[in-house]
Amino acid sequence: MSLKEKLVSSFLAFELDTDINSPVHDIRSKSIKEFEKIGFPDRKNEFWKYTPIKKVLSEELTVFKKKRHLIDFEKVKDFFIGGIESYKIILIDGTYDPLWSNTTHKGVDICILSSVLENDKYSNIISHYYNKLIDTNDSFSLLNTSFSKEGAYIHIPKNVELDKPIEIIHINSGGESSLMLQPRNLIILEEGSKAQIIESHYSLQEKNTDLSNSNNDHIDPLTNTLTEIYVEENANLDYYKIQNDLDSTSIIDNTYIDQKKDSVASCHTFSFGGNIVRNNLNFYQNGKNINSILKGITILGSNQHTDHHTLVHHASPNCESYQEYKGIYNDKSTGVFNGKVVVDKIAQKINAFQQNNNLLMGDHSSVNTKPQLEIFADDVKCSHGCTIGQLDKSALYYLKTRGIPEKEAKGLLTYAFANNVLENVKMQVLKTKIKKIIANKIGVSLGFEL
Amino acid sequence: MAYTEEELKKELEQQEYQYGFTTDIDAETFPIGLNKDIVKKISAKKNEPSWMTEWRLSAFEAWEKMEEPEWPNVKYKKPDFQKISYYSAPKTNPKYESLDEVDPELLKTFDKLGISLEEQKKLAGVAVDIVMDSVSVATTFKDTLAEKGIIFCSISEAIQNHPELVKKYLGTVVPQKDNYYAALNSAVFSDGSFCYIPKGVKCPMELSTYFRINQAGTGQFERTLVVADKGSYVSYLEGCTAPSRDENQLHAAVVELVALDDAEIKYSTVQNWYPGNKNGKGGVFNFVTKRGLCHKNSKISWTQVETGSAVTWKYPSCILKGDNSIGEFYSIAVTNNYQQADTGTKMIHLGKNTKSTIISKGISAGKSQNSYRGLVHVGKRAENARNFSQCDSLLMGNKCGAHTFPYIEAKNKTAQIEHEATTSKIGEDQIFYCNQRGIDVEKAIALIVNGFSKEVLNKLPMEFAVEAQKLLEISLEGSVG
Repeated sequence: MSLKEKLVSSFLAFELDTDINSPVHDIRSKSIKEFEKIGFPDRKNEFWKYTPIKKVLSEELTVFKKKRHLIDFEKVKDFFIGGIESYKIILIDGTYDPLWSNTTHKGVDICILSSVLENDKYSNIISHYYNKLIDTNDSFSLLNTSFSKEGAYIHIPKNVELDKPIEIIHINSGGESSLMLQPRNLIILEEGSKAQIIESHYSLQEKNTDLSNSNNDHIDPLTNTLTEIYVEENANLDYYKIQNDLDSTSIIDNTYIDQKKDSVASCHTFSFGGNIVRNNLNFYQNGKNINSILKGITILGSNQHTDHHTLVHHASPNCESYQEYKGIYNDKSTGVFNGKVVVDKIAQKINAFQQNNNLLMGDHSSVNTKPQLEIFADDVKCSHGCTIGQLDKSALYYLKTRGIPEKEAKGLLTYAFANNVLENVKMQVLKTKIKKIIANKIGVSLGFEL
Repeated sequence: MAYTEEELKKELEQQEYQYGFTTDIDAETFPIGLNKDIVKKISAKKNEPSWMTEWRLSAFEAWEKMEEPEWPNVKYKKPDFQKISYYSAPKTNPKYESLDEVDPELLKTFDKLGISLEEQKKLAGVAVDIVMDSVSVATTFKDTLAEKGIIFCSISEAIQNHPELVKKYLGTVVPQKDNYYAALNSAVFSDGSFCYIPKGVKCPMELSTYFRINQAGTGQFERTLVVADKGSYVSYLEGCTAPSRDENQLHAAVVELVALDDAEIKYSTVQNWYPGNKNGKGGVFNFVTKRGLCHKNSKISWTQVETGSAVTWKYPSCILKGDNSIGEFYSIAVTNNYQQADTGTKMIHLGKNTKSTIISKGISAGKSQNSYRGLVHVGKRAENARNFSQCDSLLMGNKCGAHTFPYIEAKNKTAQIEHEATTSKIGEDQIFYCNQRGIDVEKAIALIVNGFSKEVLNKLPMEFAVEAQKLLEISLEGSVG
């Protein structure tokens, strides 16, 4: 049985476990039907041309978990941002973990999605916001909608400025083989509200190599996550994604952001690991004076592969968008950047900027990039730039002549290359954490704060 | 201001495609439709050797199995390949010893086109091979070129007289089965130009081909093959026009360039096929495959000015196979009214130290759609490959669209690739500045567009640059608003 057939039939078993009368059930059954029609994308699909997604779609994958794994606090505490207080929603193998989470219903709703989906009190929210933004041609979005029942639910009411950041942490316990996770987040920022959200993915242990010799059927987990975000008038959202996973795990991340007039939304994506990581980041601008900021740093090694697909759809006049993605590729790693800016006829006076810079460091590393513009309005300023290259030899020489060893010099230059993406990170503790990860990735200790 | 908008609009409506005449020449045209017999018949008509007939048939077989591609960013009604006639030749025997023998009607055509053969012969500027309705009708300066050992003739003549050269190179750059339209062309091409520059020879004059579709209900399928042997140089020009007709005519050409070691080929095109009327009726479908192969230290440079055709779909490409080879692409694509263009280039870096430059300027006006689609590919073994790409778009009015689809693939860590693109409009302040100095809006637009396109226009040979500049002005007339 192919994975597609298996998933479609899994849905019948999945249904038994859920409330058939809930409005979400209709949405789920529709989605699985759509998915059955289109199936998984292959390399002939332009949208998936450079990402061999087939590699991770093993027939052994399943949406059902065998058992619940408990994990030690010592092992996960490093995953928390630390140093500041935060709201936390922690999911272990896709299941909410109340022990370390810190949720609230006081004035704001920061809780788990399942409690919203199953509660009649929220039926208005569901009918108004749930599953309204997704691209129905995307197999993975459909699949997530069919099977998802857990994730974060965040609702910030009018004019509330959240006192502390929210952390959404996905942890793979490592105890399950061939698990396909479908976490889902719904985030609503009402008029004039403000929030900072950090979403991260971690896996606990590298699969035991001794074990895998005797136990060859270990299939690496695949996380297929989907986030819907509504940023209402004059609201302000800072979203950070940290993907610092093991070499073996794969992530497919679909994020849909709908912005209303005068709002500002920024999304930083830090991709430092994973077997195959695919980010589909979609911004829809529906109103005047909207600002969207998309930034990312990708540092990869070994055989890792990261694919960033961004879409900014300018549907209203007087808006701005700013994209800046930096990639550093070591060893045999491969990177993809596909940025698309669409400017509708009525969207005059748009300023859209898109930049993608790549450093190819590994002998067998490669980059495929496609900065794409589709413009139907004339009074706009749209530009994109893209470079692929190496570290400046003369700069390297300069540093070496001043007594800085080659490795450190390279580290410094690489760090400088990535640094301006970090400039907009407003949370100091997060900045420090990311810098540490980067220094660690490049393999040098910089010994000072930049 | 010299014009009011109303006046401009009126003038625009009156602005007709000035090359839209038909020439009243008796033509011998095959019945419509395409099958094996037609392919054989074309081959027999041209008195071709059997290897050529076989070559055509294998292309036809491949074509039958292929499907028309859907991926370009253009919309059009697919041509019915059974409703086109695949061979049309001016009936008067197309073998001319000198210009005097040429049908005077035909000569008048060329006069109208502004390329007086007589004059050009006197000016000793350009050698022209003229292809009308797929058949080469006149080649000038053959003797002068022959002294240098240069072969410049129609491809059918080349098949007769230089089969060893044609056999060696035909289909090596664009294989028969390369794509849908290349396969179709390989099966049914009726004529085209062939050019061979021997070792170390620098071609003393610009070589030129002029294409014209005259007969109604025909498609034009010409094939051009240019071979520059080691250390040689040639500059090649290509121009095209078609009469105004309500139906869509199909033009599916293949151009192959081979630059052997240390050779240089400069290929310039001014494409001005009938773009259809202002309501988008009629016009030529221009589906062309152009590709060049660079051996060691060689250079191929494509320059194109695209102002015509209802639908343009072409990507002049360079395969940089040899070490130290260079590929260049300079393009201006102008679309107005309902025209659609999906054009760009492919630079395939395979050899070491290869370089490529892409400068593309897209100008869209009216209700047209203009896309740049390009590929820069750096292969695993292409050490120190270098590419610079720039694609700028200029939009006039908010009913048109400008799109860019640049694909960049780097598989070698020593690659250095830069790509930048901008989209802008003609600023009101720029026009105002010109108005203040007594330059009316039309002229101001022409001035600004000229400046915008200058980097490309500069690359054209003198005679063409003047023509291209005029074309730009004509194509955009009345598009302000």
